[in-house]
Amino acid sequence: MSGSSGGTARGNSFEPTPDVVAMLKERARFVRLETIRLIEIAKTGHYTSVFSAAEIFAALYYDVMRLRRGDPKWAGRDRFTIGKGHAAVGLFPIYADLGFFPKEWLDQYTRLGSPLGDHPDMRKVPGVDFSSGSIGHALSNALGMVLAQRWTAEKDYRVFCMMGDGEMQEGQVWEAAINAAQHRARNLIAIIDRNGYQLDGRVDDLMNIEPLDEKWRAFGWEVHTVDGHDVAKVTELLRQVRADDERTRPCVIIAKTSKGRGVSYMETEPGWHLGYLDPSDAEKAIAEINALDA
Amino acid sequence: MNGPLSPNSWQYRGLNAVNPGLDHLSNGLIDLVKAGHNVMAGSADLQYSNGLNRFAAAYPDRYISFGISEQNMVSTAAGIATCGVTPFVATFASFLALLVCEQIRMDVAYSAQPVRLVGHHTGISLGFYGTSHHATEDIAIMRSIADLAVISPADGPQLEAAIRASADYDKPIYFRIGRGRDPVVYKETPTFTFGKAHEHLKGEELTIIACGMAVHGALEAASAMNADGRSVGVIDMACIKPLDRDAILEAASRSKKIMTVEEHNVLGGLGGAVAEVLADEGIGVKLKRHGIYDEYSLIAPPTHLYAHYKLDAAGIRSVAEAFIA
Repeated sequence: MSGSSGGTARGNSFEPTPDVVAMLKERARFVRLETIRLIEIAKTGHYTSVFSAAEIFAALYYDVMRLRRGDPKWAGRDRFTIGKGHAAVGLFPIYADLGFFPKEWLDQYTRLGSPLGDHPDMRKVPGVDFSSGSIGHALSNALGMVLAQRWTAEKDYRVFCMMGDGEMQEGQVWEAAINAAQHRARNLIAIIDRNGYQLDGRVDDLMNIEPLDEKWRAFGWEVHTVDGHDVAKVTELLRQVRADDERTRPCVIIAKTSKGRGVSYMETEPGWHLGYLDPSDAEKAIAEINALDA
Repeated sequence: MNGPLSPNSWQYRGLNAVNPGLDHLSNGLIDLVKAGHNVMAGSADLQYSNGLNRFAAAYPDRYISFGISEQNMVSTAAGIATCGVTPFVATFASFLALLVCEQIRMDVAYSAQPVRLVGHHTGISLGFYGTSHHATEDIAIMRSIADLAVISPADGPQLEAAIRASADYDKPIYFRIGRGRDPVVYKETPTFTFGKAHEHLKGEELTIIACGMAVHGALEAASAMNADGRSVGVIDMACIKPLDRDAILEAASRSKKIMTVEEHNVLGGLGGAVAEVLADEGIGVKLKRHGIYDEYSLIAPPTHLYAHYKLDAAGIRSVAEAFIA
């Protein structure tokens, strides 16, 4: 999580070493397994929304973002906002692992008075840079953090914003997109988890968002596409766009992902957006996740 | 252009010249910057309407034009606030409080960010622009959002005082202001304290509790009635939340009747807030809530509307006299 990889922005020296790739795969596995453990406490949750983003979460928090372990309020840190706040159950274990709050908090996930609910609350959870739960706000929140660099001493941090692909249907996303380009928010890096599904079914059947890359390009953004489960490629690209100090515009990464990645019966069944695994079924899911070489 | 235009002609950008009350918004912000506060301002394509063009001219690097994207403006302001900068973002109250209500709750109030929301041209002050531009629900909506202060200044000087006082207030604030042509109540710059009402007159027959543009009319009405031998008090309840409960209870103990006046629906606004306090305390004083009676305003120039809805001095007096008759 140093984000201090060498090389030039336009060069090709951002490729993570095999050791780093192995570590990130293991962290993505950790995110999936912890998600199953925590949702077992709540008895309902968004497994598949986390599973499509697990490699991206791992790459961001364990390699790309500039963070300080145990210091979630460090003013110079990179920030992260998330529009698909229902994937927070996959972020909380990372925050505990990074020493942002005690790991014991996880054991009380969603229980009465717990800081940890289905959606992240910045007032209660150290490490949450902005609260989420209402889809479509996060890009604006992230833009604000970038604009704030004009009036504060911290000029170098980056703000990453993850949005769901269904979120592209929210009007406020495009308000933020046109504003970010106008205000040349070069330190803003958006990531779209293009897993293809939203609550009611396939995104492109319900409300087609394609051509997504052309839309963002037309709004004045630099656009990249990546296999969101290839953690080496994800990390390399994120390192590159983070380091790119020649870019004058905001940047978006369209991460092609699979909702429910890692558990076969979830990947083929969109109804798993919100669900619960009986412990006997959870065992099978855990076995598949342990066998997964993302 | 062929020669000078008539003095009666005007351009949109010159309109602010006749809205002196709105100068106080920029003046207050400029004072904050001069005092060393890290503030920025933004608007959604209305800088000439709310007068923030003056602030933008003074501090161009501290002003952001958000285009016509009110929801994005407020959510972005919340993101700015997380980094230790205090944003003041302004647009018509009708859009701010209604269109952006959910962003205000989620990103500003629930997220505890000290954003300053400035809803201007509130109530029916946009007259013939119509209901889309009227805000007679904003107090009710904003005061039901936890941790959000609601301030409805009587005039420009009080707005300026409230802006200065906000420097020491760490919670988010909704400022509800008029169109900048409200008659001045406070000839000298008043002080402003969060949670404190300003009592102008004490009365035994009636106390009028008013906010915003209604304060001036209430004062004129009360003074005229008192000159006729009545005993009418006036309280300026510019700070609707946190509410000065003690001021209401004291007025209820002194006066036989209480009347609220606001440029707002009689449901849920200042009248509702006062009614809640009286009911909570089991006080059986007779209460008249005067304002817009749960309807959409007619179209007319603002002063004509204020007369029609009895929100000017003569109207307030007639309602008050009927109430205590």
